[in-house]
Amino acid sequence: MQDADTLKEYRKQCQEALDDDFLRQAMDAFAKAYRTNRVKAFAGMNEKELIAEIAAAKDVAISRLPELYEEFRFKAEQAGVHVHLARTAAEANEIICRIAKDHGCRKIVKSKSMTAEETLLNHRLEADGLEVTETDLGEWIIQLRHEGPSHMVMPAIHLSRYQVADLFTDVTRKKQDSDIEKLVKVARRELRAKYIEADMGISGANFAVVETGAIGIVTNEGNARLVTTLPRVHVALCGVDKLTPTLHDALRIIKALPRNATGQAITSYVTWITGANACATGPEGKKEYHIVFLDNGRMALAQDPDFRQILRCVRCGACANVCPVYRLVGGHRMGHIYIGAIGLLLTYFFHGRDKAKNLVQNCINCGACKEVCAAGIDLPRLIKQVHARIQNEEGHPLPSVLLGKVMSNRKLFHTLLKTAKWGQKPVKEGTTGYLRHLPMIFVREQNFRALPVVADKAFRDEWPAIRPRVDKPRFRVALFSGCVQDFVYPEQMKAGVKVMEGHGVAMDYPMGQSCCGLPLVMMGESKAARDVAEQNVKAMDAAQCDYIITLCASCASHLKHAYPKMLEDDPRLAEAAKVFSAKVIDFSSFVSDVLGLDKNDFSQHGGQGKIAYHSPCHLCRGLGVTEAPRQLLRQAGLDYVVSAEEDVCCGFGGTFSMKFPEESRELLNKKLDNVAASGAGELVTDCPGCVMQLRGGAEVRQDGLRVRHIAEALAERKK
Amino acid sequence: MQTTSKTMLDTFISKAELVSARVSRVKTLEEAFAYTVALCDGKEMCPLLVSGCELNLSEPSMQLCREKIGKIIAAPGLDQEQSTALRTLCADKGMELIHSGLRRHLGGLDIGFTVCDLGIAETGTLVLNSSSEEVRLATMVSETHVAVLPVSKMRGTSYEAEPELLAFMGNTPSYLAFITGASRTADIERVLALGVHGPLELHILLWEDN
Ligand code: SF4
Ligand code: SF4
Repeated sequence: MQDADTLKEYRKQCQEALDDDFLRQAMDAFAKAYRTNRVKAFAGMNEKELIAEIAAAKDVAISRLPELYEEFRFKAEQAGVHVHLARTAAEANEIICRIAKDHGCRKIVKSKSMTAEETLLNHRLEADGLEVTETDLGEWIIQLRHEGPSHMVMPAIHLSRYQVADLFTDVTRKKQDSDIEKLVKVARRELRAKYIEADMGISGANFAVVETGAIGIVTNEGNARLVTTLPRVHVALCGVDKLTPTLHDALRIIKALPRNATGQAITSYVTWITGANACATGPEGKKEYHIVFLDNGRMALAQDPDFRQILRCVRCGACANVCPVYRLVGGHRMGHIYIGAIGLLLTYFFHGRDKAKNLVQNCINCGACKEVCAAGIDLPRLIKQVHARIQNEEGHPLPSVLLGKVMSNRKLFHTLLKTAKWGQKPVKEGTTGYLRHLPMIFVREQNFRALPVVADKAFRDEWPAIRPRVDKPRFRVALFSGCVQDFVYPEQMKAGVKVMEGHGVAMDYPMGQSCCGLPLVMMGESKAARDVAEQNVKAMDAAQCDYIITLCASCASHLKHAYPKMLEDDPRLAEAAKVFSAKVIDFSSFVSDVLGLDKNDFSQHGGQGKIAYHSPCHLCRGLGVTEAPRQLLRQAGLDYVVSAEEDVCCGFGGTFSMKFPEESRELLNKKLDNVAASGAGELVTDCPGCVMQLRGGAEVRQDGLRVRHIAEALAERKK
Repeated sequence: MQTTSKTMLDTFISKAELVSARVSRVKTLEEAFAYTVALCDGKEMCPLLVSGCELNLSEPSMQLCREKIGKIIAAPGLDQEQSTALRTLCADKGMELIHSGLRRHLGGLDIGFTVCDLGIAETGTLVLNSSSEEVRLATMVSETHVAVLPVSKMRGTSYEAEPELLAFMGNTPSYLAFITGASRTADIERVLALGVHGPLELHILLWEDN
């Protein structure tokens, strides 16, 4: 449970997690196994279509929650169920305590419910003198340890068998072996006794099916079946977002949920309970059955045109499973109660700004979560938006405001960048292209990678001299460089121009272009980000060209996906932004797919050894481009070797690496280790940000790895 | 009546086996009874010890272990004639057959025997109407669940089974179970372990009733 007051304290907590060897190793093994299992689980299915259908059906339900609740209540009450609606977490707990009191219950068994974690139900029940036992094995373990879950599906993933054996030794007062099978059996027997004694069972619910008045519970252990059968009273606690019109909706979700959660086609059990069932120990042989629906901000969220999609979440946990940050720091640091990407969002809406303010910054914007989300939620974008909201509510930190001010004034920003060239003189390391001493603001923790200097001459200043003349152009294109290639790595742009030259491409470099604005989004400066988007849309004048080409994956994905969204409410710009977005293309795709460069365009002799490829987050997931760059490497006669986890983030994330240097360093080193293991002497990629991170890291490690933009490697081999 | 294609059956079998269910075919219900009794008879575990009782348990849990004597098969939901047939087989082997009062056996039973209502081939899933508390308990507290699935009740996908599922749920109160493989957990170090709460084994007998 993340509860740090300040960002500094939060970073300290994250560092502690980074130092936990067992956790790191467990998370790594899990991340790798999960990727393979998930692919297997969805093999032969149209996963994207299924996810789109789930999203669409959920959206329909979200737009009618109050009616669905009323309809469900009517149905369920007819079948003898008591239905309650709790506005807040405290109210839900209150209702459940009252039910326990009214029916003289003393001992409670619970099956897993994230909603009960959300309301901190156990604390409240125990305060009332009730004995509560969690029966899901993982939940029981963390309950005994007085911890919160570290994963929504595998709550005790942070613990080793030895820790569990010690814990069970304490509980049973008998020495326990660390053999997992035996530990599971001990839990089986110990918990069986609890079920028998209990007079109340509390469960969660994955679905509340309106057409039948049924709840559906998805479990592997089968504990929910005992919890809902043995005790005479059953209370199901269920978020109102679980209301769904038809059984079909639920069956559809079941096709994705277990596959996405654990790579299973379906869980061992899915239990459908409709009405008050037979119960030998209940009043008149019937179960005393209550369903408590929890609002806790959901109804209001359902009204928010943009954030409402959060309610689509089916709690599969996949967004944590693939998150590189989760993999590093684990669930106790990457969530308050809900964990992973969705946890960052839900914490703000369910638990408030204070709990969320540090958490939301711990996202590197790699898009891995969005790629796998069972409900098609645009998680990374919404995370940035929550960050922006929090800043609007709390006031923006000064550096962030300054950055916003400077960047939304292109002339000022560019003047500063050019001036930086003089300022860095005393710290510049000879002619190596790196800063020797980091300026004060970059304190020591940044020295895990060398930082580059600002180039002597910006690309924009070189452009008039190098612009190729084209008589009968096949294509008219506008180049968008982004700040890094304009001011730090102009040679990458020049290489790109060289590759495209001679193929009938009339290139233009509109001088009014500025930073794409992604760094501003990362800092939570949404107003400034919108302003630069407007400037760029105007400056690039998409109507005059066939393509807008960028060699920066992050710029490309931001221009293409974020611009139309940011400008959609502005009638003057909405249309232009759409036209603009449609024309944006990344360099590799343009060269490979549009120009169709192949073997004949490149020398096939004298390759310089093995070359590895890093697939930038914003290219492979942001734009869905995976083949073009690899294809180009092969066409250019280069000995491309596949390295492990090519599409896992390098840890740059722009300003993320400044805010969370410890995590950035870990990701970087992992990446460079994988490249080293492939035996490659050179690494190329499609993004200047990644180059900055990877080259700087290789420089510090001194492992002799050459890092370049793919355009540079191609230009060198062009005939 | 739908005919069950061979591919559908093959899919069911392979999916069920993937989650460690043991699938066999039987021609008659009698054959299923014989299978069950033989299975119970051959159960390696000491008849006086239910799973987990050999380990170091806390005092109250040990207490629960001491309650069971002899081998017990629970088969709620059988009609008179079926019940008699199974009882005779059990008696031969000195086993007890019960079909009600399962709450007296929460410490553990050897085998729970049920005839299922539907099968879903795409996931190897059994659908069991568990509105009777005895049926629920038989499939939860027993160490082994023997489930007979009439082949005529096999459906390809959950969507194809949907109208029938809705009919079960519409008959309130209703407790409907999808069962796919044995009870499992991977909560400790993500290592798969079977039988954490419910049955440790699931045996599926495909009854070729058509
Ligand atoms: S965008 Fe990447 S870092 Fe951010 S939450 Fe999603 S997976 Fe994690
Ligand atoms: S946000 Fe998406 S991936 Fe994350 S738990 Fe919810 S449904 Fe699963």
